[in-house]
Amino acid sequence: MYSKVTSEDIKKLCGILGEDNVIYGEAINPDYAHDELGGIEKMPEVLVKVHSTEEVSAVMKLAYERTIPVTVRGSGTGLVGAAVPIEGGILLETTAMNKIIELDKDTLTVTVQPGVLLMELAAFAEENDFLYPPDPGEKSATIGGNISTNAGGMRAVKYGVTRDYVRALTVVLPNGEIQKLGAKVAKNSSGYSLKDLVVGSEGTLCVITEAVLKLVPLPKVSTSLLVPFPDMKSAIEAVPKIFRSKITPTAIEYMSRDTILFSENYLGKRFPDTKNDAYILLTFDGNTEEQVDGNVKEIADLCLEIGALDVYIVDTDERKKSVWSARGAFLEAIKASTTEMDECDVVVPVNKVDQFIKFTHALADEMKVRIPSFGHAGDGNLHVYICRDNLDDKSWEDVLKVCFDRMYSKAEELGGLVSGEHGIGFVKKGYLKKQYGDTPIEIMQGIKRVFDEKNILNPGKICY
Amino acid sequence: MNILVCIKQVPGSSNVEVDPVTGVLKRDGVKSKLNPYDLYGLETAIELCERFGGEVETITMGPPQAKSIIVESICMGAKRGTVLSDRKFAGADVLATAYTISQGIKKTGEFDLIICGKQTTDGDTAQVGAEVAEYLGIPNVSNVLSVDDVKDGKVFVTASLDEKIVKMEIALPCLISVDGDINSPRLPSYKVKQTVTDDMVKFISFADFEDRNEKHYGLSGSATQVERIFPPEKNSEKSSIEGDAEAQAEGLFALIKNRKVI
Repeated sequence: MYSKVTSEDIKKLCGILGEDNVIYGEAINPDYAHDELGGIEKMPEVLVKVHSTEEVSAVMKLAYERTIPVTVRGSGTGLVGAAVPIEGGILLETTAMNKIIELDKDTLTVTVQPGVLLMELAAFAEENDFLYPPDPGEKSATIGGNISTNAGGMRAVKYGVTRDYVRALTVVLPNGEIQKLGAKVAKNSSGYSLKDLVVGSEGTLCVITEAVLKLVPLPKVSTSLLVPFPDMKSAIEAVPKIFRSKITPTAIEYMSRDTILFSENYLGKRFPDTKNDAYILLTFDGNTEEQVDGNVKEIADLCLEIGALDVYIVDTDERKKSVWSARGAFLEAIKASTTEMDECDVVVPVNKVDQFIKFTHALADEMKVRIPSFGHAGDGNLHVYICRDNLDDKSWEDVLKVCFDRMYSKAEELGGLVSGEHGIGFVKKGYLKKQYGDTPIEIMQGIKRVFDEKNILNPGKICY
Repeated sequence: MNILVCIKQVPGSSNVEVDPVTGVLKRDGVKSKLNPYDLYGLETAIELCERFGGEVETITMGPPQAKSIIVESICMGAKRGTVLSDRKFAGADVLATAYTISQGIKKTGEFDLIICGKQTTDGDTAQVGAEVAEYLGIPNVSNVLSVDDVKDGKVFVTASLDEKIVKMEIALPCLISVDGDINSPRLPSYKVKQTVTDDMVKFISFADFEDRNEKHYGLSGSATQVERIFPPEKNSEKSSIEGDAEAQAEGLFALIKNRKVI
């Protein structure tokens, strides 16, 4: 039903974008066939690099007229195959749209193009004494990608996720029409929130070409605590007790000794402490030393009371770097420790995290595979990795199926959901459908049809 | 083996402003911290004591509030520490600082090994360690990358001489200055902090020293005077080299050779 990209189409694309920005056939780098982990591969027929909303609009008009599928790609750091052009067609890369357009200090907003990298935005905000709170581990992801997956990150405990920071979007609809959604306003009761529908839609509804994002004043003081526990159970059980103290940390991460050792190997850098089996890492921020020190003292005392072996203070830039750089490398480090891996990004209520982790340990023993994990103990979003190691093709396939089926069922039983922040993309579609059932999926399909009746934008993802 | 580590309190941020009128670092309202380079020395000392037994002590020169970095060193694993504090020590240059510390060390006790960091993040001179050794009349090795063994009254180290890595054995007692980034300094323990008592931090002043000639300390004991302090110029100049890979490589080579980087 889709048209193939013809030499005539290539000529038209060259006319819109210039020859340098249209790459086709064997000239396309094979890396464009996959993302970072999704496990599926498909080369696009043509790769286009766009520089403006108008260019995106012109490309979409052509694709719409000719019924050519279009898949949008940022840095390609996704984990569920969302940016893989499974129907071929046009792969539209946004990384050249990487300008920070405006910092508006009156409305506390920054306007950016979608190809700005998270680390660039974070640094820009800090230079101007602001904080862009969403803080996913993958700092080289684009903001467009972060918005498309509603990325969360470590500070979600206190500050929320990407959706909470998107004020307005400029988007190009599948027919090429340019549309603005939302506004530079703090409140909005003006009908269905289409902007919020686009956030997390993984490039299936429209192409994001500009975003107005909310900033907060940069907290002046922040201190982290690395808290060792005798085992993972007691570490995770501490989290709800910390919440009961009514002090909200910025982040609460959990990590096991095994994962830390992978990261030491991967980075070639020792972690400040590896003597204990399980750790939680907490951060507190605020505007005065007194406030942050007070929070630190109260939570440190509480941790010792409930069984922590010690509380290590992470208070200077050097110490924060030594701890948080290891945390930031966990995914790559686990990946480097095995031959192949697949990931489960479930989210469960925070008071059920310990039950889920315990379940993955039992599952690993039963299936005789390694299932290391780390994640956001403070918001219930876990990153669980099934490692292939020496398994042959058939055993690997079987192990993956059983492990995923059982983990997603367990997450559902505990009141959780399929994905906390990595999205559904291509590879998690079956699990979403299984959990949601027909009606919600049909509503999603209906929404997709209203935006994209020809189904040319990122076909075959999320609900189709 | 008893080890003494020399430490210093420095501004907590690298973005400290210089007062344009007085040329003095604006320290008011700036949080201070333990010099990051000293953490590598402290970690080296603690690891050595874990291997060979003994105790770690720390010493610093500074205002009374420098006590906080002695407490921090205790939270990391030192047993006790000393603050050398007196108005007469103020305004000391490298030479007077080294002399003051050497006097303080004589007053503090006997040590098999004295460890310093490579440099501080505020003064950046990297000379105090060697000068302390000179005043104490003990051998000194700088740029130590690792302490490999301690036996027969000697310490065996690997050190960097820029173009060469050398292995040396030095008779104890001696002083070594360790390089940056040679280990991962442990974090201070909140649990230990709860147990720190006042008697773990000793204060020594001018009146306690053997040499009470004021001309040897502070500004009057300094051989150098600071005329002006100014922040280093920030350079964000960028240039790009065009051409094919070979031309780019040659252009880059010529550029770094001209700038005497190589």
